[in-house]
Amino acid sequence: MLGRKIARHGLTLVATALLGGFLSATLIRLAPGFDADEAALDPHLSSQSIQALRQARAGQDNILRFYFHSVHQALHGDLGTSLSLKQPVRTLLHDRVPLTLRLVGLGLVMGWAAVLALALTAASLRVTAYELLATVLTGLLLCVPAAVLALLSVLWNLPGALAIALIIFPRDYRYARNLLDKAYLLPHIVTARAKGLSELRILFWHVTPMVGPQLLALAGVSVSLAIGAAIPVEALCGLAGIGQLAWQAALARDLPLLMNITVLVTLVTLLANSGADVIRHVWQSQQA
Amino acid sequence: MSFWRKAACAVLLLVLAVSLAASWLAPAGYAKQDRDAAGAPPSHAHWLGTDEIGRDRFARVLYGTRISLLLAPAAALCSTLLAALIGGLAGYLGGSWARAAMAITDLFLSLPWLFLLITVRAMLPLNVSPALSVLVTFLILGLLGWTAAARVLCATAGSLRNSDFVQQARASGIRGTRLFWIHVLPNLKPVLYAQFWISIPAFILSEANLGILGLGVAEPLPSWGSLLKELEGLVSVGEEPWKFVPLILLVVVVTSFQLVLSKQDEVAA
Repeated sequence: MLGRKIARHGLTLVATALLGGFLSATLIRLAPGFDADEAALDPHLSSQSIQALRQARAGQDNILRFYFHSVHQALHGDLGTSLSLKQPVRTLLHDRVPLTLRLVGLGLVMGWAAVLALALTAASLRVTAYELLATVLTGLLLCVPAAVLALLSVLWNLPGALAIALIIFPRDYRYARNLLDKAYLLPHIVTARAKGLSELRILFWHVTPMVGPQLLALAGVSVSLAIGAAIPVEALCGLAGIGQLAWQAALARDLPLLMNITVLVTLVTLLANSGADVIRHVWQSQQA
Repeated sequence: MSFWRKAACAVLLLVLAVSLAASWLAPAGYAKQDRDAAGAPPSHAHWLGTDEIGRDRFARVLYGTRISLLLAPAAALCSTLLAALIGGLAGYLGGSWARAAMAITDLFLSLPWLFLLITVRAMLPLNVSPALSVLVTFLILGLLGWTAAARVLCATAGSLRNSDFVQQARASGIRGTRLFWIHVLPNLKPVLYAQFWISIPAFILSEANLGILGLGVAEPLPSWGSLLKELEGLVSVGEEPWKFVPLILLVVVVTSFQLVLSKQDEVAA
C-alpha cells in the first residue's frame, strides 16, 4: 500500500516535471524576441558567420525538437549556458542551491516554531486579549507584501530567514489555529479537560494525534510558500541564492536559465508535498 | 452588517473616491518634474514631498492608487471568469474532463505564485510602453490567478451535478449547455462572488511585489509597487517617514478588503 503510494507520487512527480518543462519550453520558444540573436547584429561579423549563427539556432524552430533536445541534454548533465551570466547553468545552480536551502529551511523552522507556539497557546489558554493580539498581528502581516517585509528586514539588519518566517507565519497560523480550535472542542478532549488532565497530556495524547496529519500536509504546502518568499528576500537582501538567480534571469530575460530553475523549483515543491503526504499516510496507518 | 465591515466599506469607498479625484486634487500630475525640489521633504507645495527626480509624491500616490484599485478588480474578474469556465465546466462534465482540468490546475499550483508570475512576466518583453506594462502586469495576474478558484468551483459544480434538482432537470429533458447555464452556473454565483473578492487583495499584493522587484508597471506610471520601490533607498525607518505613506495606504486598503471579505470567506469555504 505504502509502496504503491510512493510509486504514484513518483510518477506524478516525473509527469508534472516533464509537462511543466514542456510548457516552459513552449512559452520560451514562443516568447517575443526569442528568434533574435544579439550577436547577429555585430557589424564585424561576415555574412558566413551570421549564416552559421542562424543555422545553429535553426534546430530550435520546432518546439518539440527544442524540448526533446533540452531534455536529452539535461539527462546527460548539460543544463545549457546562461545567456546573461555566460556560465553553465549547472554550475550556477550548484553554487546557489545550498544558500537557498539553508535560508528556506531556517525560515520554515522559525516560522513553524512561531505558528505552533502562538496557535497552541491561543487555543489552550483561550484568553480574549491574547487571541485578539494574535489575530491583529497575523492580519497585519498578511496585508504587507512579501517584498516589503524583505526590505524592512534589510532596514532593521534582520536575517533573511526571519523575513521568510514572517511571510509564512500568518498564512500557516490561521489554518493551524482553526485546526486546533476544532480539536480542542471535540467531546473527548472537553471530557479529558473536565476530568483534570494536564494541558501537556491533553496536547500530546489527544490533540496531536488528531491534528498532526493535517499540520504535516500544511507544512508540505508551506515549503512552496517559503520558496516563493525566497525570491524577494534573496533579491532585496542581496543573498546569492536560487531566488536571486531567478530574479536576475527574469530581469535579463535569460529564458534557458529560467526554464531550468522552474523545473527545479517544481520538483522541490512536489517532492515536499509528496514527502508530507507519505509521512501523513504512515502516521495515519500507524494510528489505525 | 457589523461595524467593522461598514467601516471597511467606507474606507474603501473613500480611498477610491479620492483616487478618482486625483486630477483635481493633484493637477500637476504624476510625471511633472520640479527639478528645483528633487528629493524634497513634505511642504505646502508637495504634501508628501518629491521623489529623486522631483515628481510630486502625493500625486503619484493618488494615481498609483487609482491604477491598483481599478485594475486589480478587472484582473480578478478575468481570473474568476476563467475559473468558472474551466473549473465549473470540468466539475459539471465530471470524469476525465474534471481529471484533466485538475491536472492542469495542479501543474500551475506546483509552482510558487510569485515564481510563476516572474517567470511568465520575463517571457514577455520588458521594454514596453508604460500603458502596455500596466496591461501586461494585470493581465498576467488575471490569466494565472484562476487555478485555486477553479479547484473550488470544480468541486462545487461536481456536487451540483449530482444534486436532486439537476437530476430532475436532466430527467425533464434539459441537457448540455442549457442545463449548465440555467441550473448549474447560477448556483455557483455565491462561490464566484467570494472568489472574485478574495482575488482583489491578493492581486494588489502581487502587483506590489512585482513592482518592487522591477517587473511590474513601468515608469513614469505610478503603482503601489513602484512607489514602494522607493523604500529600497532608505537607510533607516525614521529617516524619511513620509515614504511609508504608500505602504500604510496599501495595508489599510488590503485590511479593509479582508474585513469586507470575512463573510465571503465563509461562503467560499
